[in-house]
Amino acid sequence: MTTENTHLEKRSLKNVVIRFVGDSGDGMQLTGTQFSATSALLGNDIATFPNYPSEIRAPQGTVYGVSGFQVHIGESAVHTPGDDVDVLVAMNPAALKTNLSSVPPGKTIIVDTDSFTKKNIAKAGYEENPLLTSQMDPYVVIEAPITSLTLESIKDIGLDKSSADRSKNMFALGMVYWMFSRPLEHTIDFFKKKFKNKPLVIEANIRALKAGYNYAQTLELMPSPFVVLPAKMEPGTYRIINGNTATAWGFMAAAEKSGLELYLGSYPITPASDILHELAKHLHFGVKAFQAEDEIAGVVSTIGASFAGELAITTTSGPGLALKGEAIGLAIMMEMPMVIVNVQRGGPSTGLPTKTEQSDLLQAMYGRNGESPAIVIAASTPENCFDYAFIASKLAVEHMTPVILLTDGYIANGSAPWKIKTVEEMPEIKNRKVTGVEGTYEPYERDPETLARTWAVPGTPGLEHRVGGLEKQDITGNVSMDPENHQHMTKIRQEKVDRVANYIPELEVEGAQEGDLLVVGWGGTYGSLFTAVNSMYENGEKIGLAHFNYINPLPKNTKEIFKRFKKIVVCELNMGQFHMVLTSHFPEFEYYKHNKIQGLPFSVVELMNKFQQILDNK
Amino acid sequence: MTDTNKPVYTFKDFASDQEVRWCPGCDDYVVLRSIQKALPLMNRKKEDFVFVSGIGCSSRFPYYMDTYGIHGIHGRAAALATGIKLANHDLSVWIATGDGDSLAIGGNHFIHLIRRNIDVNLILFNNEIYGLTKGQFSPTSLIGQKTKSSPFGNIQPPFHPGELAIGSGSKFFARVAGGDTKLQQRIFVEAEKFEGAAIIEVMQNCVIFNDGAYDKYTDKAVKSDAQLRVEHGKPMIFGKENNKGLVLEGLKLKVVTIGENGVTEGDILVHNAIDPDPTLHLMLARLEMPIVVGVIRAVPGKTVDELCNLRLAETRAKSPFKSVNDLFASGETYEVK
Ligand code: SF4
Repeated sequence: MTTENTHLEKRSLKNVVIRFVGDSGDGMQLTGTQFSATSALLGNDIATFPNYPSEIRAPQGTVYGVSGFQVHIGESAVHTPGDDVDVLVAMNPAALKTNLSSVPPGKTIIVDTDSFTKKNIAKAGYEENPLLTSQMDPYVVIEAPITSLTLESIKDIGLDKSSADRSKNMFALGMVYWMFSRPLEHTIDFFKKKFKNKPLVIEANIRALKAGYNYAQTLELMPSPFVVLPAKMEPGTYRIINGNTATAWGFMAAAEKSGLELYLGSYPITPASDILHELAKHLHFGVKAFQAEDEIAGVVSTIGASFAGELAITTTSGPGLALKGEAIGLAIMMEMPMVIVNVQRGGPSTGLPTKTEQSDLLQAMYGRNGESPAIVIAASTPENCFDYAFIASKLAVEHMTPVILLTDGYIANGSAPWKIKTVEEMPEIKNRKVTGVEGTYEPYERDPETLARTWAVPGTPGLEHRVGGLEKQDITGNVSMDPENHQHMTKIRQEKVDRVANYIPELEVEGAQEGDLLVVGWGGTYGSLFTAVNSMYENGEKIGLAHFNYINPLPKNTKEIFKRFKKIVVCELNMGQFHMVLTSHFPEFEYYKHNKIQGLPFSVVELMNKFQQILDNK
Repeated sequence: MTDTNKPVYTFKDFASDQEVRWCPGCDDYVVLRSIQKALPLMNRKKEDFVFVSGIGCSSRFPYYMDTYGIHGIHGRAAALATGIKLANHDLSVWIATGDGDSLAIGGNHFIHLIRRNIDVNLILFNNEIYGLTKGQFSPTSLIGQKTKSSPFGNIQPPFHPGELAIGSGSKFFARVAGGDTKLQQRIFVEAEKFEGAAIIEVMQNCVIFNDGAYDKYTDKAVKSDAQLRVEHGKPMIFGKENNKGLVLEGLKLKVVTIGENGVTEGDILVHNAIDPDPTLHLMLARLEMPIVVGVIRAVPGKTVDELCNLRLAETRAKSPFKSVNDLFASGETYEVK
């Protein structure tokens, strides 16, 4: 963390959280990603999180239009984008107003004083200029006329005023680069590549960047530069990846590994659309990304593509999953492989489209008519979205059943270093396609171990058969209204999903392997839970973390692990949905709950306080 | 005519072993038999046919066909078919659907299938009623029609399937009476040849809940005067005496009699099914007496499934990436030692 010491020599930091905030048009996302990329290149571990307004072009200067990007860099592993901000860069009064509460006293705030005009101050809802009031006293405030200095630095290159104005984010980035002893090369190269045909834009941005850097260096307005040393990371080739891209790539890797072509049927919805955008780029790998007329057509066309023999997936967020429910039931009945990705957001209804939540767990588990079990798994970090998209595909085609993959807005938009994987190092995927049989083809004949049926695709001679939503007779797949058969088939469909437990890894505990408190979580909360548990464990508490990626079925050793701890607390960003699942499976344990429904991730401090409370409560 | 590599089929090859369970006298039997007879004429392999459906009486269709098939969920057959066709462009995909299935609950998929001109054949069994759910009015039921859910008479105005299809950009629209197996077979063969979404409206009599809905067009006594069968390139002449025809008067179609008021055969409109301008096709589709049957519109155009495949092949040929490994290793990567 930053210190209050202001000697003008380089000071070493273990980790630091920086947040860039401004108007949605101020280029804060670009500024943040540049800072992250440069830091990753220096060997820091990073975790980032963008924060956009839900309005696309909210009125300039208002609090609705504030867009932010937070990055956490460290010389040791970082698992979350960070709770408290060490350095806030606020490009206007609205940005200051909406973000000040995240900055603890003593930390640094950089503001563009040019933007603190009467009009902007009023638009942000301040009565008077906050920079002149005592509310800024607790902070180290660096006031810089960023806009005018930027314009001054590029005045002679002949760029129109609004384009020139747009370079001010680079001036701010230059200042922060100096502050954290970062080189400018990466960002300079970025502009040279990105704006190849716009030399004026390249020139303006580079000049603004350098001007900001020099300004910070020349004037003693700022604390001396910090150094964040490289993290001790596993050697290898890395890239920075966000959860949605990792999800898309995981599916592409699964398609290549399985020898199937990838089909996506999807309808745009926040925060899942980026998976559609990413997959749409990769037609050259045979990826067909079909933007359907609605959520239902998205999933139903996916079932069609699966029937025709492709690795078929659909992507959505909570409200979309609700619309897809009936069709997922059809895929369960037809026993077709497919993956449904739900990038969860705040609900119910339209809810908080740009915020994170874990409140679709029960919908994923039970949100369909009839007895309709599906495999449910959840990714827990931006980079492991890759692995779980791959595993979801593998489970779907090997077990011939739909798999629901849960991620959330937090890990989908957050990014982290990903040690690049190759298709070769991923596990085999064996699909169950058949090309011919002796005698009549029986579509519902099953593998005795997995209970999965075979996959006969149109175009294969001699295997013509019909499937559909009406109850099937076992083996033949003919329509059957027989009472005994219905009970039998209902049990088979359940048993098929239950037996997946034989094919998934056992649950592992991090921290204490037995002891006083077992923290239980699932999905995207891993980073904060791990950070909190780990730091208490290192302080000598007998606390462990059991984080679930496999939800239906649960890992086979779940109960055995629960038994090893005196207390169990289930932490979720909902009202206690996983807690409900666990109490129905293992009613013999008593569970504490920790729940948050604010559209925000857990903060490490709140978790540590909660865990301490439970530990102290004898 | 038949390719020597392709097996020769008879209608029996396309009949499944499932017992057909429609009500006796239902037109669905006729359509089923017409399809089973038309498929052997299409010069395609049996394993390349896929029949998909939604929910409703007619949606039982796939179970009775010995082909690949999906009996889907209500209204979604068009979306199923789209996925199948995008996945495998070489299949011959058929949709069996009804007025409730495609014009009510599945209306969105119906219009978008047409907009995209997906190369499938959609048989719309229009009986102007809900059969399977036992007799509620449908989106094609007439104003005033008394049904179980409109005991005082239906007040919801009907869709004209032809108008809806052509309004959605349909490139192929045909209509046929439920009992007319000969014309059905011809249209099915035409539809299969056509590249794009072929919409075939069948005026299907439901003997149980809406018997006689089409009597005014299909009764033996009136049939030749009440149905005008169009053929591309031929004058639109009909009638018992083969002496009635259509002319344009101002912006309206008018029935005239050849030999009366100086009308000669040369005055009669010649059917141009391939005219991209839908104006006349729309008027023909909407005409109530006589009702127009046959292929009203068959305009060649691009299909989205084909475009998708072409673009895929092009980008694949040009791409420097042969494996996703190349993508993962491209762009901004860095080494940790
Ligand atoms: S209810 Fe009507 S449409 Fe349905 S099978 Fe019977 S006659 Fe045919």
